[in-house]
Amino acid sequence: MGASQSAGTEHEFQELADRTGFSLEQIGNLNKRFRQLSNNEETLSREDLASIPALDNNPIRAQIINAFFDKRNLHQNEAGTVQEIGFEEFLMVMSHFRPAAMGITEEERENLRREKLQFLFNMHDTDSDGTITLEEYRRVVEELLSKAGMIGQETAKAIADAAMLEVAGTTRGKMEPDEFYEGITFEHFLQILKTFDIETRMHVRFLNMDTATLRCGKSK
Amino acid sequence: MKLGFHLIPRLSGVVPESCLLIVVGLLVGGLIKVIGEEPPVLDSQLFFLCLLPPIILDAGYFLPIRPFTENVGTILVFAVIGTLWNAFFMGGLLYALCQIESVGLSGVDLLSCLLFGSIVSAVDPVAVLAVFEEIHINELVHILVFGESLLNDAVTVVLYNLFEEFSKVGTVTVLDVFLGVVCFFVVSLGGVLVGAIYGFLAAFTSRFTSHTRVIEPLFVFLYSYMAYLSSEMFHLSGIMALIACGVVMRPYVEANISHKSYTTIKYFLKMWSSVSETLIFIFLGVSTVAGPHAWNWTFVITTVILCLVSRVLGVIGLTFIINKFRIVKLTKKDQFIVAYGGLRGAIAFSLGYLLSNSHQMRNLFLTAIITVIFFTVFVQGMTIRPLVELLAVKRKKESKPSINEEIHTEFLDHLLTGVEGVCGHYGHYHWKEKLNRFNKTYVKRWLIAGENFKEPELIAFYRKMELKQAIMLVESGQLPSALPSTISMQNIQPRAIPRVSKKREEEIRRILRSNLQNNKQKMRSRSYSRHTLFDADEEDNVSEVRLRKTKMEMDRRVSVMERRMSHYLTVPANRESPRPGVRRVRFESDNQVYSADSVPTVHFVQPSPLSTPDAVSLEEEVPKRPSLKADIGEPRGNASDNHQGELDYQRLARCLSDPGPNKDKEEDDPFMSC
Repeated sequence: MGASQSAGTEHEFQELADRTGFSLEQIGNLNKRFRQLSNNEETLSREDLASIPALDNNPIRAQIINAFFDKRNLHQNEAGTVQEIGFEEFLMVMSHFRPAAMGITEEERENLRREKLQFLFNMHDTDSDGTITLEEYRRVVEELLSKAGMIGQETAKAIADAAMLEVAGTTRGKMEPDEFYEGITFEHFLQILKTFDIETRMHVRFLNMDTATLRCGKSK
Repeated sequence: MKLGFHLIPRLSGVVPESCLLIVVGLLVGGLIKVIGEEPPVLDSQLFFLCLLPPIILDAGYFLPIRPFTENVGTILVFAVIGTLWNAFFMGGLLYALCQIESVGLSGVDLLSCLLFGSIVSAVDPVAVLAVFEEIHINELVHILVFGESLLNDAVTVVLYNLFEEFSKVGTVTVLDVFLGVVCFFVVSLGGVLVGAIYGFLAAFTSRFTSHTRVIEPLFVFLYSYMAYLSSEMFHLSGIMALIACGVVMRPYVEANISHKSYTTIKYFLKMWSSVSETLIFIFLGVSTVAGPHAWNWTFVITTVILCLVSRVLGVIGLTFIINKFRIVKLTKKDQFIVAYGGLRGAIAFSLGYLLSNSHQMRNLFLTAIITVIFFTVFVQGMTIRPLVELLAVKRKKESKPSINEEIHTEFLDHLLTGVEGVCGHYGHYHWKEKLNRFNKTYVKRWLIAGENFKEPELIAFYRKMELKQAIMLVESGQLPSALPSTISMQNIQPRAIPRVSKKREEEIRRILRSNLQNNKQKMRSRSYSRHTLFDADEEDNVSEVRLRKTKMEMDRRVSVMERRMSHYLTVPANRESPRPGVRRVRFESDNQVYSADSVPTVHFVQPSPLSTPDAVSLEEEVPKRPSLKADIGEPRGNASDNHQGELDYQRLARCLSDPGPNKDKEEDDPFMSC
């Protein structure tokens, strides 16, 4: 990057830092990583992410990649996905994984929880209709167990059904026989994961040192 | 006496058990002295070889792995650096104190003081366990203090031996100090290595014990004890060996051994550790009365005060440094509890007792040690609970294991590993994932018998839950038709009634048969508290007779239901599924006679009621009954079918040989969900 360019990007980075909450060093590093993944282009496409070797053995790889291109995670209130994302969108998705800062108020903590749980919810709710239906939940569990072979398939359905029943049981209580539980709404989702302290668990350590020069997942 | 203690809740609310035991010990000792006999003293050999191992093994075997590995860095820092700091701070200041003329202890040299400091500085796992068990503090703090108390054994052993040697020799050189550091690494890593080797041996042995189930628990105990003895023999850290052995052994052994052996191991460990703990505290009391004492006000009081001060300073200082590296920071409240929970106990006393008699300060040291122990156990032990409540420290969450949480835990693991991959750095999750994969492909293959090694954790968890709920259902002995219904499969599924093809049936039967073996071994419950072995008791209460009776009842009621419901049922034309269980299930889906308790019954995929090949063949016979056509509006036909079904079923039930605890579940989820 030339000198003039770096002056401009410094300013941009500062803006981004203010908006997403990362520090300047972290943004610098993430930018380097972004450039590495996108082959120095301006935008990142699905194929770029799909080619990361580290994701190869991950059972929920497809969902993770989708999450980056999901419009709901990019603070846009519409459904659907985009084909390519720029650096700013990349940062927006990554900001969901920032750890909780020390000494935040209860309200901020609650907001953080909601944000992270919304991210998870969006990953499960693939048709963007605001509820996780039984089919969608089944698919989630099936993906999780996708490396387990034949036995996994049968049990996945059973597990998903049991989980769904649990949600229905906790949130709706008694139901008449001909009532139909449509699916898990976001409020129900919040309720069943109440005891799951996601604000402390869902975070990735963003290093302040230079990660792009370490030998990382991308093959040349 | 322990019984009495637990029966009087008010007492146990105020005084921790360990205090009471020491008081009892004091009384007993006093009594013996009054009689004129020589009271039995806590023999160090006895302590280290017999009393301590069960407690440590119990702690190590049931160590909650996830929080431990997440915080292992912090724990190590506290254990190693914290203990070193304590030892040197105390030793140094006591030496400075002894230099003061007025105290009259000018004969004490630096090395002796340092030796004393090293004995008294280590947080004691027995005392910590005894006190922390009752206050139910949140998991993070609990694992920090507890982990520290376990891991600081290496430091204590090294320091103790070092200073003992030095004080005999009299002089210390820089080379010696350097060797001391090397020694520390050797002791700790060596201990862990020895433990791990024995752990793998035990796991490997357990792979072949499918024919000799009765001695399985014996192997576990034997190998662990041998690990302890071997490492003690080489002057390595026995405690770390024992912990490493338990931790390494557990996942593989549990996959291999039978359910009954697992229960046996659990109960024996809890029993032995309970007995040991009681004995230790009582002996402590007796020894106090018995032992020769040399009281020196200044020395003792200073020791106690210094203990507290150095602990607090150490914790605060270390936390300050550690918080820079932690993402989930330790709050002030956490720090306080960690500092306050640093109890000393019987290990310190035994180490003091081991000091050879040639040490001129031995009696003084012993007295001081006993005072410190009494102070920490009584004062700190008794006040920690009100303090915890006063400070409103986060308590342990008493939540039932929920399958949603389990799914999301695993989901989150994979998600975070993926995001780390996208970010491009090898973080925490990356290495965990690598270890898991290594474990799955290589290690499990060798150490787990049969086909079990391919099974992912989620499935194991799910089966365990199923089993538990099934047993609860059988325990309650009744069919839920009496209770109001809540949710059933019908409520979450779209209306279609499943139609079952013959091929599917075969598939399902095959899966059920193969899964039955797995199911018998899949009982796990996480319990690392001494007094609450949750869920362990129900399994053993399930008896064959009750099962069969329940089955009969269920059948009868189902047939009643069937008769009633048959007219508004849409039954598929070719109803080939003959097994009464299947029929039952289908009807269930259309009328929710089951309460929340029965929610799980709907999902018993794996267990099939038949465990012997003969029973299976009998089942195959049943489908050949030709007249299995149920149309709407043919109640009589249904009734006769039901009757047939019942008869057949009773025949089946009588043929079953050893049903085991998981026999009553005959519902199949796959039928319903296709």
